Amino acid sequence: MTVESTAARTPRRSAGSKAGTTGTKRTTRTTAKKDAGAKGTEPQLVQLLTPEGKRVKNAEFDKYVAGVTPEELRGLYRDMVLTRRFDAEATSLQRQGELGLWASLLGQEAAQIGSGRALRDDDYVFPTYREHGVAWCRGVDPTNLLGMFRGVNNGGWDPNGNNFHLYTIVIGSQTLHATGYAMGVAKDGADSAVIAYFGDGASSQGDVAESFTFSAVYNAPVVFFCQNNQWAISEPTEKQSRVPIYQRAQGFGFPGVRVDGNDVLGCLAVTRWALERARSGEGPTLVEAFTYRMGAHTTSDDPTRYRGDEERQAWEAKDPILRLRRYLEASHHADEAFFAELEAESEALGRRVREAVRAMPDPDHFAIFENVYADGHALVDEERARFAAYQASFADEGGN
Amino acid sequence: MAEKMALAKAINESLRRALESDDKVLIMGEDVGKLGGVFRVTDGLQKDFGESRVIDTPLAESGIVGTAVGLALRGYRPVVEIQFDGFVFPAYDQIVTQLAKMHARSLGKVKMPVVVRIPYGGGIGAVEHHSESPESLFAHVAGLKVVSPSNASDAYWMMQQAIQSDDPVIFFEPKRRYWDKGEVNTEAIPGPLHKARVVREGTDLTLAAYGPMVKLCQEAADAAAEEGKSLEVLDLRSISPVDFDSIQASVERTRRLVVVHEAPVFFGSGAEIAARITERCFYHLEAPVLRVGGYHAPYPPARLEEEYLPNLDRVLDAVDRSLAY
Repeated sequence: MTVESTAARTPRRSAGSKAGTTGTKRTTRTTAKKDAGAKGTEPQLVQLLTPEGKRVKNAEFDKYVAGVTPEELRGLYRDMVLTRRFDAEATSLQRQGELGLWASLLGQEAAQIGSGRALRDDDYVFPTYREHGVAWCRGVDPTNLLGMFRGVNNGGWDPNGNNFHLYTIVIGSQTLHATGYAMGVAKDGADSAVIAYFGDGASSQGDVAESFTFSAVYNAPVVFFCQNNQWAISEPTEKQSRVPIYQRAQGFGFPGVRVDGNDVLGCLAVTRWALERARSGEGPTLVEAFTYRMGAHTTSDDPTRYRGDEERQAWEAKDPILRLRRYLEASHHADEAFFAELEAESEALGRRVREAVRAMPDPDHFAIFENVYADGHALVDEERARFAAYQASFADEGGN
Repeated sequence: MAEKMALAKAINESLRRALESDDKVLIMGEDVGKLGGVFRVTDGLQKDFGESRVIDTPLAESGIVGTAVGLALRGYRPVVEIQFDGFVFPAYDQIVTQLAKMHARSLGKVKMPVVVRIPYGGGIGAVEHHSESPESLFAHVAGLKVVSPSNASDAYWMMQQAIQSDDPVIFFEPKRRYWDKGEVNTEAIPGPLHKARVVREGTDLTLAAYGPMVKLCQEAADAAAEEGKSLEVLDLRSISPVDFDSIQASVERTRRLVVVHEAPVFFGSGAEIAARITERCFYHLEAPVLRVGGYHAPYPPARLEEEYLPNLDRVLDAVDRSLAY
């Protein structure tokens, strides 16, 4: 871009400069060849725990989980089990008509718990609408997540209470908020980090590309955590990218790493590494957690229309909870009593969530007009008053 | 201290004062730093306040507004510049789906003190996308406030108030009036941000306008006076909310209303004003509320813009039509 430095009245983006540009040559191919742009850069996958539950050595990332105690391992297992139980309960509640919609995280527990447990309290999280496991790690009461899916609010928790921003439904928008927040952290001279969650589908959004640009240019302390769960509703990742998503980072000037998203230890290690980079002034990092959405996109979706069951079965063998259980058992870090106790805790959580949702009241009618503005607005006041008068007009009829 | 200065300079001075008085205020935008903005509105600010407070951004409008949302969440008060009216649309998603709704969806827990400055309107002979008036597209969105000053003094004070507001404010700057000079008293006590102002009193008809069209309406009132017609001119100053009380009070006196704006008339702010004033003043009106504005066509090439934009004759024609009822 040229910078206009003459008269202030001269418009900057002259369309005239495009004169003489000829049309680009088109090819007839409509779909990119698989990995055509990624020759010689075969995807590397960080994995510390195999699907069979075997701990494998990794020269680069082992040090980030070297101090993880058996108790912490059991904690990670517990987090994943309870998150899955909560998620299953929410799916049931939707089927029972208690929720209007639910976006299940089934299969993505390791990606969310591994990354979520890497965070410090002063770090800040910008989630999509599926980060129930991360919310759990942040201490957000699971029942608070259900308000928007029940239709009683559009958010419902104080983002600053747990440094966990509201769920964002417009795909990719939150990556820019995370970047701006991280720019603010850097301005404040704090050593907190920010993490932005998004998915493989979101990687196509302009906002995600712009957040990569801004964070790179300003060296913002942000970790971009992409859960590549292979499907954006019905579209496979090949419809989003010609290269593995983590390799996108290179073009923006910061590192990208692909981690086994079903390996909670791997996710913990890689996220710790990325957060450490952010804290030490090394700027943004892209983490691609390679995982799988075991269920439907949401309860409104029907995956049988676009994917086969074999794929799901293959991923079932890589289940994040099962592999940690195998490891815990083989290394004698957990006994039967632990698993039994967790089972009971899990059922209690399900009950609590069920009861809380059923008891969740509908909002007051006047909530429509609440908080539209911080400093008020004459039109909102006028419409609220009219609505009140309209409501009051039913009083004589013995209605509401 | 009262001083005569151009409207662009008044905004510059107002931004400077905000930067001085609150270290959470940031200026962001394309070319706002060394260059001082393509209209020089941010001239000298980066030199005096540094690159961390007056920030040259990548050329990505959604990124500018999206990161401003994040900075506001961190406690900052970003004042972002969109270089020209027609370039705001890449940011429209962030403005409408995120910036406008954040306060409501957080149940009031999160405030969004962000000002989006947009030089707007035509009359400067520019190329495509540099002369548009998209204010209705923002006024239609709950959660946003939309204002436009018509003169240097208002520009100074309305910018102060917009920056102090805890709500997002879309601040439309009338670019063809950037070089118009006016008296600015930086020690005055300003009136409320969203209150209209009677610029000139009259008895026969009310002309309501904002931003660049206020001056035109004053000229129309001068011309009408020579023909013995007394026109009242109202500077609305705010498009969301609109100060309907002040319009109503004026129309109850004059019984006739013509709304003037550069934006297309179809679904424009004049349409909403006409509907509401008709409701409020039905028994006072002697004529239907008339509107003067752009046509339902893309903003034309510069050599046609004089025909597209409201001018003295078109305003006076509407005045005559109203008075003929």
